[in-house]
Amino acid sequence: MASPTRKPRLAVWKFASCDGCQLSLLDCEDELLAVAGALDIAYFMEATRGRIEGRYDLSLVEGSITTAHDAERIREVRRRSRRLVTIGACATAGGIQGLRNFADVAEYAAAVYARPDYIATLATSTPIAEHVPVDFELRGCPISKRQLLEVVSAFLAGRRPVTPAHSVCVECKLRGTVCVMVAHGTACLGPVTHAGCGALCPAYDRGCYGCFGPKETPNPASLSGRLAALGMDGGQLGRVYRSFNANAPEFRQESQRHGRQDEPQDDQG
Amino acid sequence: MTSDRPAVLTLEGLQGLIEALAAEGYRVLGPTRRDGAIVYDAIAGLDDLPAGWGDEQDGGRYRLVERGDAALFGYAVGPHSWKRELHPPHLTLFRTRREADGFSVEAAADEPEPTAFLGVRACELAAIAVQDRTFLEGPQADPHYARRRAGSFLVAVNCGEPAGTCFCVSMETGPRARGGYDLALTELLDAAGHRFLLEVGSERGRALAERLDARPAEAADLAASRAVSERAAGRMGRRMETGGIKALLQENQEHARWDQVAERCLSCANCTMVCPTCFCTTVEDTSDLSGETAARVRRWDSCFTLDFSYIHGGTVRGSTKARYRQWMTHKLASWYDQFGVSGCVGCGRCIAWCPVGIDITEEVAAIRGEKNPESAG
Ligand code: SF4
Ligand code: SF4
Ligand code: SF4
Repeated sequence: MASPTRKPRLAVWKFASCDGCQLSLLDCEDELLAVAGALDIAYFMEATRGRIEGRYDLSLVEGSITTAHDAERIREVRRRSRRLVTIGACATAGGIQGLRNFADVAEYAAAVYARPDYIATLATSTPIAEHVPVDFELRGCPISKRQLLEVVSAFLAGRRPVTPAHSVCVECKLRGTVCVMVAHGTACLGPVTHAGCGALCPAYDRGCYGCFGPKETPNPASLSGRLAALGMDGGQLGRVYRSFNANAPEFRQESQRHGRQDEPQDDQG
Repeated sequence: MTSDRPAVLTLEGLQGLIEALAAEGYRVLGPTRRDGAIVYDAIAGLDDLPAGWGDEQDGGRYRLVERGDAALFGYAVGPHSWKRELHPPHLTLFRTRREADGFSVEAAADEPEPTAFLGVRACELAAIAVQDRTFLEGPQADPHYARRRAGSFLVAVNCGEPAGTCFCVSMETGPRARGGYDLALTELLDAAGHRFLLEVGSERGRALAERLDARPAEAADLAASRAVSERAAGRMGRRMETGGIKALLQENQEHARWDQVAERCLSCANCTMVCPTCFCTTVEDTSDLSGETAARVRRWDSCFTLDFSYIHGGTVRGSTKARYRQWMTHKLASWYDQFGVSGCVGCGRCIAWCPVGIDITEEVAAIRGEKNPESAG
């Protein structure tokens, strides 16, 4: 436990991201008072404007590194933080903006912006852990509010958070959901995806989209064989692993294995 | 009904059985159709049963099909097993509270409702008997399982329609229930009408049966019931050669087949979760934000996770090969060392619900060096 004389200082930092993950904290309506009671929320762009300089006991970092300025800023955050926890697919894998890693970022910029010369950006979107040491990574796009509270509670108690790295399948089986792939023939990334969402999509009759990124020791090559048997062609296999966690190594390699000769056309479309 | 002589129930009589169980204070669970499968859930009467539905099952594949008749139990085992009830996926064990001078521990209340299971298959009775050895007869009896087990009333229904993944004949557990039930039914659907042969297996079963509106069974009913089981026994979708299986697996720990299956295995743990005998759990400790309370929750775990074999310094079974080998060798070989029986009852769930259709019978045949294992059965 932290000393009762001073509450630990919490900061929430934002890099290239949609804000969805840090909004999960504000979304903890019932628990927000308890969070505020346990921690001194010293820096949180979504909730306050006042910037507090100094040092932080726990920094939650959302977003990926896409600019040289941010690559420098994350080092400053690390220097100021006793514990640094990355939250969400952007911070842990590079996010949906990691799609740029498969393409020519100058072409992207020219297609999107009227004055691409105003855009100063890196060629890649990379996870925080590629830039600074990270104490704990919390997966998800967006993260689960329940898991965020667990990580904060674990930090306060000085224990390891309970966020198992097994498959989404385990969560389906725990809640008794009928497997959508076996019983309906629906393509599902659950067998290669990290648990955490509580197996939300299969409970609503959808296949898993892989929002929490690769599970421990994933075997996407074997799963792809099954997805192909369910009717996915090479192009679809290339794309199915390429969403919020496209840049996670096991998903990236598997998507690249499935013939991306058609890549330029896809990028235009 | 007044003796242990088999009797015959009509459809109304079956409805009466469900109502009698409810009147006795049991929560009645049985087969029902949901989300494209036959699952076990609360039932109030015949209308909740999957009339006319059967299934097709193969490696990694399960589909409901219309049978074209009115059978209420014309399906094979599905994604759920009674393990969910007797050995629940999550169970809070205790809570602790910070006190002025340390902390207090309070066991979580555990007062399971008495529950009747309608439609327990022979392989499932065998699986419950296997878990009884694990949870009741071992050096560490599990009080949670014991409470649920004592409060459960088992109504077996003999299988008439095995699936493509079934091999209870190989494991000598089915298809006909041979004991371990309170009541056993055989669904008969022939020229003599839609009816159920009712057999008594326990004192409790007899007491309940005496309250039912049933007629004594005739020779023709008994013959029809036997014929259902014989026909089912002849239609197993899979088979497994079990002779010398313990030595076969324990002496082939470095067989090339383990590498081959590991190429396909997703280490997703589905096989262990659906298996009616797998019993492994982990405990998760959580604390609240204020640091005032904490709880310990037990949840199903699997030898396919890395945490499962994590000890100080690392994970013992890091490779998928080691994990698959652990699972299969435990089920079919070291279970004998531990509990004196096979850990596999031949229900076929691990075959059907494996996303990539890995087939325990095919793996055994391959390690035996049998040619063309797929054509088995
Ligand atoms: S096979 Fe694995 S999960 Fe099943 S009982 Fe054995 S060790 Fe446990
Ligand atoms: S190992 Fe497979 S076939 Fe055997 S009891 Fe378990 S799930 Fe059923
Ligand atoms: S055998 Fe099948 S169900 Fe079991 S862990 Fe491997 S892929 Fe998953």
